[in-house]
Amino acid sequence: MPITIEMPKLSDTMTEGTLLRWVKKVGDTVAVGDVLAEVETDKATMEMEAFDEGTLSEVYVGDGQTVQVGQKLALLLGDGEAKPAESKSGSPVSKQSDVQKKPDTEKKASQTKQPEPVPASQPLKPAEAESGVRVKASPLARKVAAELGVQLQTLPGSGPGGRIVRDDVLSAHENRSQTVPQAPKPAAPATPAAIPPLAVSQEDIKIQLGGMRRTIAARLLEAKTTIPHFYLQADVDAEPLVQLRQQLNTANEAAGLPKFTVNDFILKATAVTAAHVPKANASFAGDTIVQYGSVQLACAVAIDDGLVTPVIRDAQAKSLSQISAEIKDLAAKARSKKLKPEQYQGGTLTVSNLGSYGVDQFFAIINPPQSLILSVGAILKKPVVNAAGAIVPGQRIVFGLSCDHRVVDGAIGAQFLAELKRLLETPALMLV
Amino acid sequence: MALITYREALRTALDEEILRDENVVVIGEEVAQYNGAYKVTEGLWAAHGDTRLVDTPISEAGFVGMGIGAAMLGLRPVIELMFWSFAYVAFDQIVNNAGCVRYMSGGLLNVPIVIRGPANGGTNVGATHSHTPENLLANMPGLKVVAPATAYDAKGLLKTSIRDNDPVMFMENTLLYGEKWEVPDNEYLIPLGQADIKRPGSDVSLIAHGRAVLTCLKAAELLAAEHDIDAEVVDLRSIRPLDEETVLNSVRKTHRAVVVEEGKPFCGIGAQLASTIQERAFDDLDAPIGRVAALDAPAIYSPPLEKRQLPDPQRVIEKVLRLS
Amino acid sequence: MHTVLQSPGESRSTINEQLTKADKIRLLRDMYRIRRFEQTSLKYYNLGRMGGFLHLYSGQEAVAVGTISLLGENDHVITAYRDHGHALAAGMSMNECMAELFGKATGCSKGKGGSMHFFAPDKRYWGGHGIVGGQTPLGAGIAYALKYKHIPGCCLCYLGDGAINQGAFHESLNLAALFQLPVVYIIENNGYSMGTSQKRSSAYKGSLAERAEAYNIAWDVFIGEDLYEVRNRTNIAVERARKAQQPTLLEIQTYRYYGHSVADANAKKYRTSEEIDDYKNNHDPLQIFGKALLNEEVLTQADIQEIDKAAKEEANAAVAFAEESPLPQESDILTDVYWEVDNQTEAAKHGSYFFNS
Repeated sequence: MPITIEMPKLSDTMTEGTLLRWVKKVGDTVAVGDVLAEVETDKATMEMEAFDEGTLSEVYVGDGQTVQVGQKLALLLGDGEAKPAESKSGSPVSKQSDVQKKPDTEKKASQTKQPEPVPASQPLKPAEAESGVRVKASPLARKVAAELGVQLQTLPGSGPGGRIVRDDVLSAHENRSQTVPQAPKPAAPATPAAIPPLAVSQEDIKIQLGGMRRTIAARLLEAKTTIPHFYLQADVDAEPLVQLRQQLNTANEAAGLPKFTVNDFILKATAVTAAHVPKANASFAGDTIVQYGSVQLACAVAIDDGLVTPVIRDAQAKSLSQISAEIKDLAAKARSKKLKPEQYQGGTLTVSNLGSYGVDQFFAIINPPQSLILSVGAILKKPVVNAAGAIVPGQRIVFGLSCDHRVVDGAIGAQFLAELKRLLETPALMLV
Repeated sequence: MALITYREALRTALDEEILRDENVVVIGEEVAQYNGAYKVTEGLWAAHGDTRLVDTPISEAGFVGMGIGAAMLGLRPVIELMFWSFAYVAFDQIVNNAGCVRYMSGGLLNVPIVIRGPANGGTNVGATHSHTPENLLANMPGLKVVAPATAYDAKGLLKTSIRDNDPVMFMENTLLYGEKWEVPDNEYLIPLGQADIKRPGSDVSLIAHGRAVLTCLKAAELLAAEHDIDAEVVDLRSIRPLDEETVLNSVRKTHRAVVVEEGKPFCGIGAQLASTIQERAFDDLDAPIGRVAALDAPAIYSPPLEKRQLPDPQRVIEKVLRLS
Repeated sequence: MHTVLQSPGESRSTINEQLTKADKIRLLRDMYRIRRFEQTSLKYYNLGRMGGFLHLYSGQEAVAVGTISLLGENDHVITAYRDHGHALAAGMSMNECMAELFGKATGCSKGKGGSMHFFAPDKRYWGGHGIVGGQTPLGAGIAYALKYKHIPGCCLCYLGDGAINQGAFHESLNLAALFQLPVVYIIENNGYSMGTSQKRSSAYKGSLAERAEAYNIAWDVFIGEDLYEVRNRTNIAVERARKAQQPTLLEIQTYRYYGHSVADANAKKYRTSEEIDDYKNNHDPLQIFGKALLNEEVLTQADIQEIDKAAKEEANAAVAFAEESPLPQESDILTDVYWEVDNQTEAAKHGSYFFNS
């Protein structure tokens, strides 16, 4: 059988060799052990011995040529043998490289699996990168802050070097009346106001726009410029609500159940209101108006440098407890950037609560394609006129309702607010 | 139950295992007729004779390797090193033979040997006699490393180590030999790879092995009395295999960790633990992980300075306060 | 060129008279098998099928085959890294050895050891060790265990002329003499420790084995090209170990045709081709023993050629076996490290044994 002689690996580190000089010539007889050629390796010049016998019939590499280990050098034929029709390509190291190839292809395969579609309003970069300002907080503090919905940026840190530690987060949490942070959605100024110069001149900070900020900018500009907004407000007695909350929370605490926030009640009332006033739970669709058959209640949640509006599905059918649990869970997911598209898309109206920030009242911008957004202010202690005509201290919340006049006329908007007020001032009505 | 010294506990363990298994043989310098350089084997030669207690010449590479060869054929030698510092002359035998022959044979043989001796500083014997090679040995897959801090742990762990079918490097401490603890009279075994909470606490995990555990216990007392900090002390007991779960559970509870060792800092036991803790308990950390180790120079001779070179309760407390 | 010394030592034993025809043929066949195995390994090493080192035994066959042929069921063998000859002489198969060289899972060490680490405890063959001289305390240990267990056997512990200067070897000799261990240390003196000749490496009086005098150990020095002579002289030491529980230091003068290892680029520089050719032509152990058997009319020239051919075929078949065998799996990297873990014992359930992240 014809034998191809290949450049041998003559040392453990050799990768190529130079065939210095053929000792045997074409036509010579070769016996086992005969020196075929002199080969120069990375370490020294060595003699290449024959392992087989035959006649040297072909030589592929000339004196002085350098080839890789494994390349064919010559052909040995046995008695009466002829040259094979096709010359074999020498690749003795192929077995080794086959082994090496596999992990590479596996790597490539796993790399192609990756990317999931990035949701439009999901921030792509961590908050720090967007703002350029890093908050020094321990991993535990971050985790707890995310769970409780506490903003890290504004917290004082009691750890070394001003690091925010868990206790700092817990203290901040206890000091708040409401646990769900509200999304700031102020009426956007038509033009940016002139910024007064700082008393002591400092360097301007340039903040790169992240994906979420870009989206917010685009959508809200679209909303404000294409939707004919008009605004209604109502002042609601919050005492019955506050009392009911206290009552329920006392009972829940004793039973080891989670507590309700004021916002939980407002969400519940809004869901019921939207179910009772279907014309307000609708959308402008060009040449039709779509009145939704269910209430997909979105609630604005502030997150690092932005906001999202996760949706409570079929809110009209959910109890206060269910709504409370869901919004807690959605808000946590929102803050840890784990919301899936189906969790923030498809809302039919939105609630935005800035009460915990101390805002008295405001009118948020509608989230297209919705037609309404309810803005919730803080619980304020105010003098009020009671049924007997006397002025007494009361607790009031001012609700703002921004409406899309293409879908919701003044009367419908008013009806919505009246129903909301009715339910909140007699919360037991939400049971029936 | 009785109050016995660390060395008595070791001796009892050796005695029990010699009686239990005819293949157990104690080999080392001065172990037999001299009754042990540190009296760990005192009385054993008189009780068991020349074949079970074997005095060797000063020839660590030779008798450690001889022990390994004998272990390949099924004996269970317990090699005593007068100091673990003397292991370095036998390092090739330990690492390349005890540590590698099972693997290189594809699992055809095993080396059920125990090499034991004091691995500690703090006795003014100078740099070459004060080594603590547990980290170097634990780096070697194929070897096991054990470091008991109390007499109770020493007895249970030595018995288990002798019965273990893999090579076990057993780290003792001359400063602990004379200390006493409550030890049951009956036989008991402590598994390798199981740490022990020596003092439960809630504010910080002090993680250590060997004599550093006692240092941490003292530090914990002072932290409670003077700083109102409740420290948990985790005694690793076994370096390889390592009870990572107990360590991580402790840190998940206390949210702070300081690893203390009498060895030098670079690539010490603390380096391994700090890496594991930050990777697997990152979100539970309320502070960076701290380490306290011997000051990074060869062991100094001058007695008061060597004391300062090693971790003491004050340094542990300072580290805890600085990280919080 | 190293000189052949006249050896002192005791008179010849009659161990060879016990050999039958079949025994003698088997001994010759074992030498041919080693020769062909080594040649074939070299060929495939050069074709890139193996990594690392390859230390070939060609030229020294009579030492392994001769000495190991003396052993019985109580006797053990341990050697250094030039271990293919001892492995085959001890009864390992070409298949498992070749597969090991190819790094395959069917190798005698599952591909985890390589050329220097062939083991067969079931055949009382304890490797295969890479650190020069590192196996000599192990040899003392094996002998120690035999004595401890009252097994009337011996341990043959081989080392090269380059290893005799390692500290561990001196410690082993001292322990062997002090504890009266049944170990026979066999220095396979092929004249060179890697590229350095005996004269340039060792300070010695008459021979390397004469160093035994310092430890009051019996010693002998002889030429290892004649298998009969190897058996005769070694048997004295083997009997001394088994019966008197005393160690011996033997020096067997032999020759290796190839370099220290395949990577030894200077094999023909620190030795002349005349020297190598002289051995091939006048001192080759296969030739010498073959001639002796022809004279004894134990077999014919044709028989010898048949033996050679069969050995070549066996080696090629081993290559085919190795090529077709699978590689170890990636999960195999972490097995065979700890006995307790591999056997899933109670001990394995506590703590982490591996620290991959």
